[in-house]
Order: sequence, then structure tokens, then C-alpha cells
Amino acid sequence: MSIIDYEKLLSENPFGLSQLNKETFYQKSIDDLSLFHANHCEKYGKLSKNLGPGVALPVRLFKLYDLMSIPKEEVKKTMTSSGTTGQAVSKIYLDGESAQRQTKVLTHIVQDFIGKDRRPMLILDSSKVLKDRRMFSARGAGILGFSIFGRHPKYVLDENMELNVPLLEEFCEKYKDEPVLMFGFTFMIWQYFVQKLKEKGLKLNLKGTLIHGGGWKKLVSLNISNDKFKEEIREYSGIDTVLNYYGMVEQTGSIFMECPCGRLHASVFSEIDIIDPITMEKKDTGKGLIQCTSILPTSYPGHVLLTEDEGEIIGVDDCPCGRLGKTFKIYGRIKGAEIRGCSDTYERR
Amino acid sequence: MNDVNFLIGSYDIDKTPFEIFSDDACDLLYKIESTIRKDREARLYPDVISVGYWCRKANIQKKKEEFSNGALRIGRGLAFHITPGNIPVNFFFSFLFALLAGNANIVRVPSKDFPQIRILLRILKECLAKFPEIEKRVAFVKYDRSDEITGEFSKIADVRVIWGGDRTVASVREMPSKPRCIDIAFADRFSVSVIDSESVLSSEPQVIERLVTGFYNDTYLMDQNACSSPRLIFWTGNSEEGKERFWLSLYEKAKKSYNLQASVAVDKYTRLCQDLMDRDDIAKQKSFGNLLNIISLKGAPEDTKSCEGFGGYFYQTDINDFSEISKVCDERLQTITYFGIDPKELAQDIIKNNCLGCDRIVPIGQAMDIDLMWDGFDLIRTMSRKIDIR
Repeated sequence: MSIIDYEKLLSENPFGLSQLNKETFYQKSIDDLSLFHANHCEKYGKLSKNLGPGVALPVRLFKLYDLMSIPKEEVKKTMTSSGTTGQAVSKIYLDGESAQRQTKVLTHIVQDFIGKDRRPMLILDSSKVLKDRRMFSARGAGILGFSIFGRHPKYVLDENMELNVPLLEEFCEKYKDEPVLMFGFTFMIWQYFVQKLKEKGLKLNLKGTLIHGGGWKKLVSLNISNDKFKEEIREYSGIDTVLNYYGMVEQTGSIFMECPCGRLHASVFSEIDIIDPITMEKKDTGKGLIQCTSILPTSYPGHVLLTEDEGEIIGVDDCPCGRLGKTFKIYGRIKGAEIRGCSDTYERR
Repeated sequence: MNDVNFLIGSYDIDKTPFEIFSDDACDLLYKIESTIRKDREARLYPDVISVGYWCRKANIQKKKEEFSNGALRIGRGLAFHITPGNIPVNFFFSFLFALLAGNANIVRVPSKDFPQIRILLRILKECLAKFPEIEKRVAFVKYDRSDEITGEFSKIADVRVIWGGDRTVASVREMPSKPRCIDIAFADRFSVSVIDSESVLSSEPQVIERLVTGFYNDTYLMDQNACSSPRLIFWTGNSEEGKERFWLSLYEKAKKSYNLQASVAVDKYTRLCQDLMDRDDIAKQKSFGNLLNIISLKGAPEDTKSCEGFGGYFYQTDINDFSEISKVCDERLQTITYFGIDPKELAQDIIKNNCLGCDRIVPIGQAMDIDLMWDGFDLIRTMSRKIDIR
């Protein structure tokens, strides 16, 4: 696929285009991808024929179908979402080119926030995530993907998900004078890092940046807000730049990063749209379903996705951090429905 | 049994039966009717009002007359009801029917806290005070899912009224019951509509409005998830314009009245994508956003299980004569609602074609009207015994 000049984009500022300037090339790229996938993925082609070109795929379909736009022999890597046991997982099929492109774009976006220097790195997770092949899913891929930004990454949890205190103390002592990088998954960090530090009465004096992602579903149920999360991270680890990212295994690479002003940003590689769930039309203001587009997916039809998350656009080209493009906010997963009907007594849930 | 919450009555229930349509039972219903009519809180809920309306004297007496041929009928004993969790008032109808059939009743109420349940039980409790003979034969219970507790009630029941579809029926059937215990099992069912497009086209606007409101109440009102909600529409006549008029009017009605939850919208959209990707019997589709989806099939489907729309998601197909309906008229088919056709002719056709299915053929708008004939069961006769005198 050479319809999009990725190299050129990788040589420019990922947040340097105003929305107007971005849209001209971006829409064209999405249109080209839509045509490509309609012609190369039979299922997506059927959808396009009926619902129009550029139709959004519900993310759930990646759990139900093997969707790809390349011959099976060209698949180099299959990524899966980290579903809990028993749940269906998403399967994303990558060829060599797509896999490389994801890494390059991820690097390009993240470096805009933490710079090019590789910092001492703490991974707030267990090393077993990479050892256990069954767990090598979005979580493993995320850790590997972000590890390239650090020097000698250390895992702060042991195989039993217990905090490795000696390692932590040694790390804090060794790097007390330079900014470090921490990475992990939001809920894991809260449960196995922050809560454990609290329990053990430990307060660290690290400085630097924490990047975290993976969704707020569990923290929302515990009533923990982003602000509360940041506050506790600061209090117990000393880290004062806490950056959330929004991304999904179906669009690895072109993640949406939160800037220090607390807004999530779309880069030139991706776009966010808010969809009215009733009319399926785009809306400029107010809450709605998040539709993510990305110009990266070429080996599978994941360039336009309808998520099950609720969000809202909060600005265009106007973030005080100086990054251009759309900024948005996430409210989390849409609430499960209360369905009426007679086939429900005590069997279900 | 410590985890059972008795909302009315106790474990020490009198399990003996009494005459069908007993004076006491009928009087209790009239009392319920007048109490609901005067109760300010009850009047806020149309479904509670419908319970009261059903209990009115004129209605009950008419039903009683059907049994006034001198035959002696008495209840079977104790009826145990496992009622649907997601419909607020069906548990109460289930109770009323078994009561009129002369039974003592243990009713497991839905675990969800619908205000309708609280109101109906408050009113019932109040009314029961004047009817001690019935009062000692009634218990309403609430408990979290427990095979053990359901099993205990199962053991002592003479009638089990099992709502909740195939899975619940299967699991309750596994529980031991008395040798002569009778099960009224409400399985998963499927319902369809037959509409004549030319009649739709030629009808006055107010007729269409009534038709569409009736259809809306049959479907959207229960998220199209009740077993009597039509999911597949058979069109007779040849008027594309008539069909369009119907769907457009329905869309306007849904836009005004239906609260489409975001997650249902996503489920419907996902369903639409799956249908388009998987099926090869689709002629075309038409969607009004996620509010109303219409899938036109090339013919009657092979299996109605593939047409289980919800939240305003319909399958449709044209037919030249009723015999094409018999293709889907298997044991799952419950209700056929109609407009612009002759229901007798349809029924005759179903019989002629030796169909296993179809228990009701009712005008559009009456799909939800629960009554003593339900799901193919004659509830009074099934839940009572006739003493054969010669």
C-alpha cells in the first residue's frame, strides 16, 4: 500500500497541522483506504456495498470475524486484545509493513511528549506478562511498544503481582537526580502499585513522567477519577506528569495522548469523531459514541471503527499546550442496556 | 430457606384449592380494581392501570360465564410461579390467573426493583385483609437466584408456572416435583405480522396512526423482546408505497416515543453489520439511523432463530399467499398480528398445512394483551380439575 506517504508524515510534527490543513489530506487517505479494504476484504466489501463507502466497523466484529485485507500467507503477526478468560478476543492481522509502521508512529507520537532521550524506565507490571505466551496480548504488546522509550526497563511487580520493594528502592536511589519514565495499565497501576505503596506506607521521590492506558472501566466502578488518580500518583511516587492515552489493539500505533493540560489529542495519523447513537450522524458538540479513524491499518479493515466508549470533543486547534487538531474527553464505556422482555427470570446474571 | 424474603405471607401457607372463579376470588379482584382506580401512585403507571382494568367486574363476570355450564371445577392445589424478571406486571397476572383457577399461590417476584411491584403488592396486601381464606393461601417471595430454594418450592407445588424461556424451563424441569404436578412452561417463542400493503395505502390517516401506535406498543414498548412482539413481517398486496407509508409512520412514532439506549443502538448496528456480512438472503436493507432497521429478505427465512431482531429491528418479506407463512410456522411461532387480511382464512391455512405453531392471531396492537388464553394454554382449565360426574 503506497497510497499514503507515511514517511513524509513521520518527518513532520504529528500535531503541527491545523484541523483545516489536516482534513484535506486526511479525508483523502481514509477514502483511499476505504476503497482498498472494500476491494481486498470480502466482508468489508459487502458492508460498503450496503451501507456506503467508509462505513464504520463496530469494534466488536474483530472478536467475531477474522478480518484481513491481505492474503493469509502475508500475515506476520497476530495481535489479540487482553480479554478475561472465557471472553472472545479481538484478532488483528498484521503484515510486516503494518507492524513496523505501528511502531514508528507510536514512537513519533510519544516522543512529542517525552522527548527523544531514553530515560531510565520502570514498568508497573509483572515480567510474567511477556513470559506467559497466553498473556502476550495487547498488554504485552503495549509494554514492548513503550519499552523502546526507556533504558534498561525494570518490572516493578514480581511473578505473583507483588511489589518488588528492594528493586524499587534501588531504582529510586540510583536515579534520584534524573527524570524517569514509568509505564503501565491504569487499573494495574492503581491496584498493584499505588494501593500497595499506600499499604506499606511508602512514598517515593521519583521525578519524570508516567504514561498509562488501558481504560477506566474498573476505576469508574471504584469511583476513581482521572484527577484523583493523578493526585495519588503524585503523592506516592513523586511523579508529577501523568499522561493517559486512549488506544485500542484494533488501532495500535496511532494512539491518542493526553497532554499536560489534561486533553486527549488526535495526531495527524488518526481522528476522533463523536457519533449520535440514534441517528448515527456526526455531532460537533455534546456526548456521543466515539468513532476512531486511523490511516495506519492497511492489512486489515480497521481504519474506521465505532467504539463502545462515550466521549465528547472539547476543542479544535485551541489547546493551551500548543498542539493542533481536535482534543477530546472520554467518559468511559457506555452503560449496559436494561432490556425488557420475557425471557429473563433468574437464569441470567 | 433463610434467604427467602416473604413480601406477603409465610412459609406456613395453606396449600388447599378452592372452586374456580370463587366468590371470594372475584370479590378480591373487584376490590383490587377499585383500589387501583383510586390510588394516586398506582395511576401513574399505565401497566398497573391495565391490571386494574382487567380485574373489573364486567370483564371477570364475562369470563366466569364461560364456565357456568354446571360442570364442577376446582383448583389443583398450590401454584408456584417463577415470573419474568424484566416485565414489571406479568408476575401479577400470573398470580391472578392461578387464583381464578382456584389455587393457592407462591409467587417469586422479579428481582429488579420496579415501582410497579411495590405498588401492586401494597395494594394486594391491603385488599387481602378482608379475605382471610385467600390470604392464608398466598405468598409473594423474593430471593437471589438459588436452585436450592426454587427446588424446595418445586417439591410442594401442584402447578409450576415457569416464565423465562427455554433455559429457565430446562433448569426448573430438572428439579423434582410431585408426580401429578403440572408445568405451564413459557418457552422462547417467535411472533410475526401479516400486513396487506394495499390496505395500508388506501387507509385514512387516522387508521394509519392507530395501526402504527398499535404496532409500536406491540414492539418498541418492550424493546421488541417480548415473545409476542413481531420480528418478521409478511406483506401481502403489491404496494411498495403502502409499505413505505407504514415504515415511515412507524419511524416518526419511534422518533417521538422510543428511548433508544446507546448500548442497544450499538448492538443493533453490530447486528446489521453481521447480517449484511453473513446472510445471502437479503434483498436490501433500509435503516433510519439506529432507530428503525428493516431487512428485506428474498423469501421466508429458513429458520426464525436467524431473525431475532430487537429494539426496532425488523425482517420483512413479500408473500403471494398464506401458505408461504407455514414455512416458518413451527412450534416456536406464537402470535401472528395482522392488518388488512382475513384472520380466519389464515387460521384455516395453518391448519390445512399441518403446522406445529401459531397460538394466536390478533389484530396489530393486541400482541401484548395477556389473558386467560395465553401462549396456547387455556390457563383456567389447565390449572384446575374437573370433577367428572356421571
